[in-house]
Amino acid sequence: MTIGAAAGLKLGKACRDAFGTALKDLGDEFPNLVTVDGDVGNSTRTEVFAKAFPSRGFNVGIAESNMVGVAGGLAAAGKIPVVSSFAVFLLANAYDQIRMSVAYPGMNVKLVGSHAGISIGEDGASQMGIEDVALACSMPGIVVVVPADATSTRLATRAMLEHVGPVYLRCGRIEVPDIYTADSEFKIGKANTVRDGKDVTIIANGLMVGISLDAAAALAAQGVNARVIDMHTIKPIDEAAIIKAATETGRIVVAEEHLMAGGLGSVVAGVVARTKPVPMEFVNLGDRYAESGDPHGLLQKYGLTAEAVVAAVEKVRSR
Amino acid sequence: MADATKLSLNELKDAAKAIRRLIIQITTEAGSGHPSSSLSAVEVVTALYFGGYLRHNKANPRDPKRDRFILSKGHAVPVLYAALCQAGYYSFEQIMTLRKLGSPFEGHPNMKRLDTMEASTGSLGQGLSLGVGHALACRLDGLDAHTYVMMGDGEMGEGQVWEAIATAEKYKLSNLTAIVDQNGYQQTGATKDVLDLKPFASKFDAFGWHTQVIEGNSMEAVLEGLAKARAVTDRPTAIVSQTKKGFGILPILEPTGDLNYHGKPLSKELAEKALAHLA
Repeated sequence: MTIGAAAGLKLGKACRDAFGTALKDLGDEFPNLVTVDGDVGNSTRTEVFAKAFPSRGFNVGIAESNMVGVAGGLAAAGKIPVVSSFAVFLLANAYDQIRMSVAYPGMNVKLVGSHAGISIGEDGASQMGIEDVALACSMPGIVVVVPADATSTRLATRAMLEHVGPVYLRCGRIEVPDIYTADSEFKIGKANTVRDGKDVTIIANGLMVGISLDAAAALAAQGVNARVIDMHTIKPIDEAAIIKAATETGRIVVAEEHLMAGGLGSVVAGVVARTKPVPMEFVNLGDRYAESGDPHGLLQKYGLTAEAVVAAVEKVRSR
Repeated sequence: MADATKLSLNELKDAAKAIRRLIIQITTEAGSGHPSSSLSAVEVVTALYFGGYLRHNKANPRDPKRDRFILSKGHAVPVLYAALCQAGYYSFEQIMTLRKLGSPFEGHPNMKRLDTMEASTGSLGQGLSLGVGHALACRLDGLDAHTYVMMGDGEMGEGQVWEAIATAEKYKLSNLTAIVDQNGYQQTGATKDVLDLKPFASKFDAFGWHTQVIEGNSMEAVLEGLAKARAVTDRPTAIVSQTKKGFGILPILEPTGDLNYHGKPLSKELAEKALAHLA
C-alpha cells in the first residue's frame, strides 16, 4: 500500500530532492550559503546547488570529521555552510566534531542528514540513520527538524537558513505523500496540526506523518476521531501543542522512524510527564537495527505502518 | 586594520621571556593547567603576534580582514592568554583568573566567551579543519588574510588532521600555515614511545605541502621560517617546529626528574625559582 493513499494523499517527491532543489533556489538570496560534502552530494542532493554555484560547493572527500570541521571554520568566517551526508555518517561519525566545532561554539552551521530511517531500503543497517535525532538532540543549542514531505522540506530549508545557529535537518530517501501546499506555514518550533480530532492525538514526524494520516483515516471509519500533529521540530519542542493535545484528547501516540531512545517519543513523553500526564503509546523501531530489503517491506516488518499506529491507538484508548 | 606589530629581535626575545613568566604565574595561581605544553610554543606565538605576522584589530577582534591564529592544541592556551595580555588585550589581573569559576579564561579556549579566541578547542585534531574553513572563506571573499594553525606532535595521531592536510592541498590553500609544535612529549610519555608517527616533514611533503623543519625555540629560526612560509603562493605551508617541552625553565624542571611535566602547574616554590631564572 502506498503511503498516504488511504488518507487520499498523492505521492510527491522525496524530502532529499526537495532539499537539494530548495538549496539551489535559495542560492542567490543567501550569498553566504556554501555546501560542504563528503562525496555523497549526488545522494544528499547538495550537488544540485553545487552545480549551479560551483565556487560555493566543496567536496572534501570521504572524511566526515574534517568535513564538519571545515564547515565550522567557514561559519566562523561568516559563511552559512550546509554540510551534508547520510544521517548516520554525519551524526555518528562526526559527532565529536559537531560537538566541538559546531554546537559548543554555537556556529551557524546547517547539518543535513539524508538517508534517515530504515526506509532507505536495500543498503541495509550500516547506512540507516536510526539514532541521529537522539545524537543531535543531545547537543545543547542545536535545532532539530524532521520534515514530513517535499513542500515542508522546502520551507524548512529556508527556515534553517534564516535561523542563526546550528540546525540539524533530517531527510528521507524515498518518495513521500504531499501533505502541505506552497502557502502552508512552517515555523521552527511550531507544530502543525494536519488533521484535527478529539478522541486521541497521534504526534508524528517525517514519513510517519503520512502513515499516521492513513491510520487516522482507518480510525475514522471505526468512529474514532484522531488528531494528527506533525511535530517537525523536535528541538525546541512545541510544548503548547503537546499540552493542548493531552488536555483535549487525553491520549497520545507518538510515531517516528527512529529508535525509542532519545527520539521524538522520549521528548514528548518528557513534556507529558512534566505537564499533563496522560496514557501514551509509541510506534518506533524500539531498540534494534534493521536489515536490507525493499523500503515498504522493511516498514512492514519493523512495524512502522498505519496498522501499527491503529493498534497503538486502540491500546492507548483501552488504558 | 592595523599593521601587524613588528618588534626588533631583542624586543621579541624580551617579549618571549615576559610571556613565559605570565604562563608560569597564571598556571601556578590556577593550581592546574599545562605550563610545559605552553612554554614550548612561546617563540612561535611571540613571533606571530609581535614579529610582524598577525594583523589584528583590538577594537574589533573578529574583523574579517584579520589574520587568524587557531590553537588546536587547546591545552596550551596559557601561552595565548599570556600573549594577548602582552599585546594589551587583557590585564594581568584578568588572566590571573585562569580556570576559576566565572572566568572567561577557561582551561581550554572558548570562543563564545572570548572574541580573541578563533576556535573552541580541546578535543584534539580539529583545529586544522577549522583553519581550512577559514582559508576557504577568506579566499571566497577575496581577503588576503592568512590563517595559522598550531598543533601538537601528539595531536598528529588524530586521523582528522590528515583529512584536513589532504583537503588543504586539494584547494591549494596558500593562505594556510600549519605549525606542529613538536615538543616530543604527550600525556603519558615521549611521543616516539606512545605512537611514533616518524618524520612529519616527509608526510606533509608527500601530501604536496611546502614543508620546513625549524628549531622552534630559536626566535631567529622561527622568524625565518614564518617569512619563508609567507613567501609561498601556490600551496599550503607546514612548519615542523622542533621544540622542548618546558623550554625556558628546563634547569628548574630537571631536578624534578620529569622533563615532560605534563598537565601540572609548578608549585609556588618552583614557580619562584622559574621566575627568578627568567628575570
